[in-house]
Amino acid sequence: MLFKILDKSEFRSLLVMLLESHEVIAPRVIATGQDGRPLHNYLPVKTPEEMDLGYETTLNSAKTYFLPYSENLSTWDFNEADWTQNISYRMQPRAIIGLHACDINALLKLDKVMAREFYPSPYYISRRKNSFIIGIDHTPCRGAFCRSLGTDTVNRGFDLFLTDLGDRYFVAIDSDRGYSTLHRVTVRDVTDEDTGAYLEVRKRIADGFDPDLPVKQLPNLMDIEFNADVWDKWGARCLSCGSCAMVCPTCYCYGVNEAVAMDFTSGAKVRQLYSCNLADFATVAGGHNFRPPRESRLKYRYYHQHRGFVETYDEPKCVGCGRCSRTCLAGINPPDIFRDLLAKEEQS
Amino acid sequence: MTPLLFPYDVTQEDEMKRPLDFNRRSHLMNVDRMYKAEIVSIIRLTEKEKLFHIRIIDRSERERFSFLPGQFVMVEVPGFGEAPISISGSNSQKGFIELCIREAGKVTTMLHRAAPGSRVGIRGPFGTYFPMEKMKGHNVLLIAGGLGLAPLRSPVTFVTENRSDFRQIHILYGTTDPSQLLFDYQYEQWRRVDGVNLDIIVEQADPAWTGPVGRVTSLLEKIDVALDETYAIVCGPPVMFKFVCTMLSNQGMPRDRMFVSLERRMHCGMGKCCRCNVGSTYVCMEGPVFDFWTVMNLKEAI
Repeated sequence: MLFKILDKSEFRSLLVMLLESHEVIAPRVIATGQDGRPLHNYLPVKTPEEMDLGYETTLNSAKTYFLPYSENLSTWDFNEADWTQNISYRMQPRAIIGLHACDINALLKLDKVMAREFYPSPYYISRRKNSFIIGIDHTPCRGAFCRSLGTDTVNRGFDLFLTDLGDRYFVAIDSDRGYSTLHRVTVRDVTDEDTGAYLEVRKRIADGFDPDLPVKQLPNLMDIEFNADVWDKWGARCLSCGSCAMVCPTCYCYGVNEAVAMDFTSGAKVRQLYSCNLADFATVAGGHNFRPPRESRLKYRYYHQHRGFVETYDEPKCVGCGRCSRTCLAGINPPDIFRDLLAKEEQS
Repeated sequence: MTPLLFPYDVTQEDEMKRPLDFNRRSHLMNVDRMYKAEIVSIIRLTEKEKLFHIRIIDRSERERFSFLPGQFVMVEVPGFGEAPISISGSNSQKGFIELCIREAGKVTTMLHRAAPGSRVGIRGPFGTYFPMEKMKGHNVLLIAGGLGLAPLRSPVTFVTENRSDFRQIHILYGTTDPSQLLFDYQYEQWRRVDGVNLDIIVEQADPAWTGPVGRVTSLLEKIDVALDETYAIVCGPPVMFKFVCTMLSNQGMPRDRMFVSLERRMHCGMGKCCRCNVGSTYVCMEGPVFDFWTVMNLKEAI
C-alpha cells in the first residue's frame, strides 16, 4: 500500500474536480435527531459544502449504490406472441466519498457473495467497478460494535482512504485510479512526523471503542441455542417490518416482481431488496410458509449473519455498524441478544 | 484533459462475450438472460397438474442446455414472473425439457392457460442432482409421494433408459386418492421394462380402485433387497420422506445413500436472493437434492 499526505485545501480542489465531471455521493445532513444531533445519509451532492465528512454515522448504509432498493434486471418489448429481452448494466462512473471502515468492509463481504465463486452478478460488478471510493477514519460511534467484529479498520476495497491529521489528510492508496486521481492535485510524501501523528490518531480511535463482545463464540452458540427461549423473548418484540435489513450494509436478499405496461407493449423484471423478517419471505406457491412465527424469522436473520455466513466465508456477515438497532422500532439490539445467549449458555 | 474516472463496461469482459451457459457457474455471464423456448405440447395429468414439453428454440442454445436428473430450471412468463420447476423428463435429448407443473401460484396459473406454441423463457439448469453414476451397479429404490413423482420421473426415466447399468429397480408411489395419480398412462410402460417393479398405493380408494390402500411406507415393508447394496431416491412432502428415510435407516441403509429433493421459494436460482435458505444453506446451490444425513443436519429442514 502507498501512502501520501494531502493538504485539506488540495483535497477541496480534488472534490471540486470530481464534482465538475462526475456524480458524487457523500454524507449529507438530512434532519436533526431527537437528541439534537444531526442525522445523515449518503446522498448526491453538488458542492463540497453540502457534504459533512465529520458525520457520526448514516441512517441508511451506502448499499443502495451497489444493490439498489429497486433495480430493473431486464425489460421486454412484446410483439404479438413473441418478445425481445433487453438487459443493461450501469456504466456511469461515480465517486462515493466518506465511507467509514465498516461500510467498506461491508462491500468486501458483498463482493464475496455477488462477485465471486458462483454466478457473479454483472449488475453488481458494474456498479462496484464504476464506484470510486474515498473512505475516511472517524471516532467510534455510539452503539456500534465493529471493533468486536474486526471491521473498525480496513486495508482494501477502496481507492483512497483518509485519516484526518488536522490541516492535512494521511491518505492510503489502494488502486491505480486512486493514485492517478490523487496526483491531479499536489500531494507530498509522508514524513516521520506525519506517521507519528497518524499512529496517534489511530490509537485514539482504537481506545475510543466499547469493550469487546465475545463474538467468537457466536457461531457455535447459534447452533446449540437454536431452540432457546431467548428467541421467543426477542421474537415477541419484533414487528416484522424489515427495517433492519433495509438499513443493513450487508443484507442482500431480494424478491423479483414483474409488471406489464398499461398498453401491453412492454414489461419489466424488477429486483427489490427484501427482508427475511417479512411474513411471506419463505412462503411457496400454494400458501405453505416455511417460517410462519416471527421469532423463527428473527432467529433466521441472526443465524445467517453470525453462523451461516461464517460457515461459508469464515467471517460473520455483520459489520457491527449498529444501524439495525438504531432503526428498530422495537428496540432490538444485536449486543443485547448476544448477551442473552451467552447468559443462557452460562446458566446451563 | 482526460476524465478523472473512466466508465467500466462489464459487457466487454471476455467471459460475457462467450455463449450463455448456466452450467459454467463460476463464470461471469448475463445471469438474467433467458433461453427462448416453445411449449411444444401439453399433456393433462390430473385436474391440477399438466406436463409441458418444452423445446429451446435456438439450435446452439439447445446444444448447450444439458442437465442431470434432479436439477431444476427457472421458467419465466415475461411480465408475470419466474418459478423454479424441477425437470421431469429424460436428459438424453438436449434442449428438450419436460416439466410437470401444478397450478398453484401466479406463474403456474398463467402456464396452465397457455396453449401449445406459446413461448416461455428458461434459465438453468440449476442446483444439485441425483448421483446416478454412483448408483450404477447397485439396487435402486425410487420412492415418491404425491407431486414428488414430478422430480422422481427424471431418475425413473434414467434407470429405464440405462437399465443394464443397475441391479434391481423398485419404484414405489403413493398418493391420497386415485384421482391424484400422475403419469398413469406410463405405468404399463415402466412395468414392462425387465427387472423394474412398480407398486402404487393410495390412502383413500375410490370404487374403481383395485390396488392396495395405505401409505407408501407399507409398500416399502414388502420390498426385499440387500440394503447395503442399495441407493434410494425419496421425493415427496417432508413428512413423507422423513418417515421413509427413517424406516430405511432403521433397516440398516446408510443415510448418505438416500437422496431427497427439497422445495423452497426461489427468486434467482443462483445463491443470491436467500429466499430458499434452510438455516443458511442455499437450496438452489447446495440442493435441491440432498442426502438424508445432510438434511438431518439442516436447521428447520423437516
